[in-house]
Amino acid sequence: MGTTAAGIAFIASLIIALVLVHRPLGDYMHRVYTGTRHSAVERVIYRLIGVRPDAEQRWGGYARSVLAFSVISILVLYGLQRLQDKLLLSLGMRPVTADVAWNTAVSFVTNTNWQAYSGESTMGHLVQMAGLAVQNFVSAAVGMAVAVALVRGFARSRTDLLGNFWVTLVRGTIRVLLPFAFVGALVLVAGGVVQNLASPQEVTTLAGGVQHITGGPVASQEIIKELGTNGGGFYNANASHPFENPTSWTNWVEIFAILVIPFSLPRTFGRMVGQVRQGGAIVAVMAVLALASVALISFFELSASGTVPQAVGAALEGKEVRFGVANSATFAAATTLTSTGAVNSFHDSYTPLGGMMTTVNMMLGEVAPGGVGSGLYGMLVLAVITVFVAGLMVGRTPEYLGKRIGSREIKLASLYFLVTPILVLTGTAVAMGSPEQRASMGNGGAHGLSEVLYAFTSASNNNGSAFAGLTANTPWYDVALGLCMVLGRFLPMIFVLGLAGSLARQAPIPESTGTLPTHRPQFVGMVVGVTLILVALTFLPALALGPLAEGLS
Amino acid sequence: MMERLPGWLRRHIAAIRAVAVLTLLLGGLYPLAVTGVAQAVFHDKANGSLVQRNGQDVGSALIGQSFTDEGGNAIRKYFQSRPSAAGEGYDPLSTSASNRGPEDVVDLPGRQSLLTRVCARSKAVGELEGVSGARPYCTADGVGAVLKVFPAVGAPTRVVSVNQACPATPFIAVYQGVRVECGKPNEDYSPGRTVAVRGNVSRVQVPADAVTASGSGLDPHISVAYAELQAPRVARERGLDLGTVKALIRGHTTGRALGVMGEPAVNVLELNLALDNGALDNGAFDQLAGKEG
Repeated sequence: MGTTAAGIAFIASLIIALVLVHRPLGDYMHRVYTGTRHSAVERVIYRLIGVRPDAEQRWGGYARSVLAFSVISILVLYGLQRLQDKLLLSLGMRPVTADVAWNTAVSFVTNTNWQAYSGESTMGHLVQMAGLAVQNFVSAAVGMAVAVALVRGFARSRTDLLGNFWVTLVRGTIRVLLPFAFVGALVLVAGGVVQNLASPQEVTTLAGGVQHITGGPVASQEIIKELGTNGGGFYNANASHPFENPTSWTNWVEIFAILVIPFSLPRTFGRMVGQVRQGGAIVAVMAVLALASVALISFFELSASGTVPQAVGAALEGKEVRFGVANSATFAAATTLTSTGAVNSFHDSYTPLGGMMTTVNMMLGEVAPGGVGSGLYGMLVLAVITVFVAGLMVGRTPEYLGKRIGSREIKLASLYFLVTPILVLTGTAVAMGSPEQRASMGNGGAHGLSEVLYAFTSASNNNGSAFAGLTANTPWYDVALGLCMVLGRFLPMIFVLGLAGSLARQAPIPESTGTLPTHRPQFVGMVVGVTLILVALTFLPALALGPLAEGLS
Repeated sequence: MMERLPGWLRRHIAAIRAVAVLTLLLGGLYPLAVTGVAQAVFHDKANGSLVQRNGQDVGSALIGQSFTDEGGNAIRKYFQSRPSAAGEGYDPLSTSASNRGPEDVVDLPGRQSLLTRVCARSKAVGELEGVSGARPYCTADGVGAVLKVFPAVGAPTRVVSVNQACPATPFIAVYQGVRVECGKPNEDYSPGRTVAVRGNVSRVQVPADAVTASGSGLDPHISVAYAELQAPRVARERGLDLGTVKALIRGHTTGRALGVMGEPAVNVLELNLALDNGALDNGAFDQLAGKEG
């Protein structure tokens, strides 16, 4: 079988697996988030935390709990890094510097997992295991908790209450992420991913040189890094490292793990609002955008355009032989379409247009299918904007799922949408305006701008992957990108929860002949169109100066 | 007592307790449970798939190695790995890709472009294996075939082959009627227009993986084509039959998983280890090659 045919079959096998799994998993998550019983373990946890699980919260209280949990998480993670030399299993690593510790703490708590450090030379096992990996779980569970609150806003009426954040957080962690992570981690170990607490072991190589074989609790972190769309690698080389992703089939497993929860949550949404077909429409929008993106990235990479790929004969710089170009491109699409940011190949060395597509995926707002939870709420906000635009065109009051999209709702949705473009474009402009920050570019010309644009796009959208030629580990970038991550995560969350609150208060409007049906292909097409137009209007000028200039010259 | 505290304080205390409880569960119990099961069921894999020679650990089957001497020259009896950007090469404490872009074609003082690296590697591999190292966009002396044309817009008045430092002879004498100069390393050519020249190489003999650095810098594999290119040299150096070496390559090639995943790949360390082990005992070697082939 040729490379292209095998690459297509690889993608097809992923699609089949996702189609088979998204229903049972979506239904399972529906039961998790709507069930009224607490398991014995959960009751113990609620007692230890000191919350009453049956006391529901208004949107403000829910949002303040999200923020309180995240602030404490940032402080704890910062402290763990700063004090790692005094703790167990530090492997003799020094305390992490203040700016890197801030950047990393923010990065992992916001589900970004941008890495300004190199794992194998900066973080001891305890920080990885008890700091970073913990946030891999809970930052994902927080994303799901916010998404579930928005769905409750649509599903409920005449109420102020959106559920209990702590319960939603704990259930997402214990009933969804933890069991799948445990099984998945062992599957990865079976493929060769390491799982131990050892220090690097020195060996003498065949050629007589010295090599240090690194250890660590890698599998347990690797699986949740993908499943929770986190993306922070145990090692600097991330999922291209043979100890994180040793075989072509573990590569498949990791891509599947990245996509499975985001593609299943629309089913959960459909079940929760009592109209499964509405979830079907949302997942269809995600699938259309994702398929187009995977096809384009694969095409650009396999065509090996650009001077160096042409000289080489393949876009193989920064890619591993065992994955090949096609499966690397699929991973790159999956990781940037979601908020993952793990990489099994290095995007900086991609063909100009292939690299551009990874940037565009993030610019879509990571909604196809997006991060765990954040993808669903991002897509629902776009659906709200779409019914508003459609309402303007036909002159009717827009409504979605029986809820009126009035001025308050559309203001919140618009604010949500505006956050990341403002952060991305302002951040890039400020960096490019300063000779000192420009000096961080690892490549010259248009590609240098692409590196900076990618960094701010990645941080503001909480992706975490990089055009890694950029020397982003400077105090300025650590702080600036850290701010983008915080604002790019929590401002949208606040707007989403505000939107959920105002939706939940409304009484449902009965469907009439003038209601725009939101489950038909027509609506799917409209949401796709609105998404693409919004992104194109916002980012085309920046793309034209960077990757487009490089790719078309 | 908690009930009497203000709301914000109660919330943050709950958050502290939640982080503590979840850290114990997710950062303690979970990874230790995974470690326990992994160590019991997949002991070798969980510890890095180490491989031995004469009872000594010599590396991991999953982590590539350099097969070069102290001067960085290829040891001719070994199959060579891909170029590596991890530290000095294949350093697991410093994993990395090159992160050079697809249009990184102009050498600067102290900074070789990706294109020149590719061309230089191609030339070196060609010389080592006794084949042509020529590739598109590369000069015969193994640098990127790149011109800087001045002015950037309009008819050229001055053309420099920027990657060929004087007194080198430029790879083409004349470009659009203008004589091509060799490059002066300290002159700033950035205002000029960059023109990479493809040339007319029809057949490239050095495979793509031989001239590119991997993502991890630890890639344990090479392509089947690169292994077969190296087979005659290794056979000659070791006094082995070429067919035997090729059979050994086949024995260390992993195909696509389930027929569709990834690309066929040859594990370099395991291949070299098999050669070393076989060299100790020719009978066992024939058996091994026969069995695995």
